[in-house]
Amino acid sequence: MKPAQFDYLAPDSLDEAVAVLAERGPESRVLAGGQSLLIELRYRTSRPALLVDLNRVPGLSEIVLSDNSVHLGALVRHAQLERAPFDDPLADLFRQVAPYVGHPPIRARGTFAGSLAWAHPAAEWCALAMATGAEIELRGPAGRRAVPADAWFRGAFATACGPDELVTGVRLPRPPAGSRVAFAEHRRTHASFALAAAMVVLRLTGGRVGWVRIGLVNAADVPLRAVEAERVLTGELPSPELLAEAAARAAAEADPADEPHAPAAYRRHALGVLVRRCLARAVGDGTHDPAGDS
Amino acid sequence: MNVELTVNGEAHSLDVEPRTSLADALRDELGLTGTTLGCEHGVCGSCTVLVGGTAVRSCLMLAVQAQGEEVRTVEGLADGDRPHPLQEAFAAEHALQCGFCTPGFLMLLAGALAADPELGGDERRLDALLASNLCRCTGYAGIRRAAQRVARSDRSADSKDMRAPHIQA
Ligand SMILES: Cc1cc2nc3c(=O)[nH]c(=O)nc-3n(C[C@H](O)[C@H](O)[C@H](O)COP(=O)(O)OP(=O)(O)OC[C@H]3O[C@@H](n4cnc5c(N)ncnc54)[C@H](O)[C@@H]3O)c2cc1C
Ligand code: FES
Ligand code: FES
Repeated sequence: MKPAQFDYLAPDSLDEAVAVLAERGPESRVLAGGQSLLIELRYRTSRPALLVDLNRVPGLSEIVLSDNSVHLGALVRHAQLERAPFDDPLADLFRQVAPYVGHPPIRARGTFAGSLAWAHPAAEWCALAMATGAEIELRGPAGRRAVPADAWFRGAFATACGPDELVTGVRLPRPPAGSRVAFAEHRRTHASFALAAAMVVLRLTGGRVGWVRIGLVNAADVPLRAVEAERVLTGELPSPELLAEAAARAAAEADPADEPHAPAAYRRHALGVLVRRCLARAVGDGTHDPAGDS
Repeated sequence: MNVELTVNGEAHSLDVEPRTSLADALRDELGLTGTTLGCEHGVCGSCTVLVGGTAVRSCLMLAVQAQGEEVRTVEGLADGDRPHPLQEAFAAEHALQCGFCTPGFLMLLAGALAADPELGGDERRLDALLASNLCRCTGYAGIRRAAQRVARSDRSADSKDMRAPHIQA
């Protein structure tokens, strides 16, 4: 179907975008990469009176590295993260995960922040934001605020973003130096959304798990961080038994729903397997084996 | 709403509704029906065109968003009567049957090979790229061979000829 009619504004400054939303927020939608919103408009599940296109606002496409964090502007595209231009565990994770987000033409336009604003339960970036403790930065009529990822996701396609607010960027804390990362995804076809996926950021200290974060994709209506599995691991020697126990714990923390191609029990099982694979990879030599990802 | 854009090297000024996709503007306003529409949901890739040298889904971009952009469609690939090397390779390798998906594959490959000429020699990356688009006829093997054929001739002596000057990255 073709979208219903709407007005279109492409402000060339953030101030202007904020002002437009202050006035017409509830009847508007913010347009970033358009790789989800334009589909929704075609289904007419949403019929905004106005689209506020951020693509002419300068300065939103930058990846800024500081000592403790990485800042992604609201227009940083998936493709930029696929070639993340810095050397860091977080960059490794971006580079491993990005190839699973749609296809190259989708990644050329879709944005990281747009993915967080969209909040699809199967979105890889949402789980990455949860696992790493990202903060979503907003601007609205009341000024600026930052919302931690665990308060951001309110349900499937639901976030803490107000109708008159927009996401200006996302700040992600850098994991401890020397952390290793792993990502594994199970999907029906190369082009499908994740049926389930897991990611691990882990640092060994003196042979023990000193620090670990585990993110789960499509494990519930919101992205999850498997905190109990992290607790099982922290301070321990990463024996195969321990990794299996942690993986089982992560699977128990998940709350998957039945899907046509994957009953809840199957997805829970798949999540456990994926977490175990990620853990094994992260405590091993840390290299990614894309051939073994499904 | 007015939008000014360049399509295949030619400047155009169009008057479109904001809801008009770039694909619909190309087809209905400019008569460039080489760009086909399958799913209109970003999935099939038949509508793939180059915007600023990068392959994108023209069904998932508004025409008004192409303001000031350089768009290239399959109609702009050939150099007059001389087909583009990718078009020749598609014919030689039987990379098409019904041809519905072909413009999308050609533009996907034109953009990717211009940005990264090494791609054709890397089977895994090439396959990952080709998985962007759907073809219901060929089984993809011919399409992959066509891409590899262009990459090979690129590296051979007459590469200057094959590196089409009209694909601007
Ligand atoms: C064929 C296909 C396959 C895909 N596969 C995957 C996949 O495997 N995994 C995956 O995670 N995603 C996938 N996607 C979705 C893709 O990643 C989208 O890019 C992403 O979900 C949304 O980002 P966007 O920048 O395109 O946002 P848009 O489509 O522009 O916007 C999406 C929503 O977020 C809001 N929004 C966007 N930016 C802001 C902002 N700065 N402030 C406030 N609100 C904002 C919009 O108003 C809208 O509600 C796929 C898409 C397609 C078409
Ligand atoms: S028509 Fe655009 S991707 Fe199918
Ligand atoms: S040739 Fe018929 S769909 Fe590809």
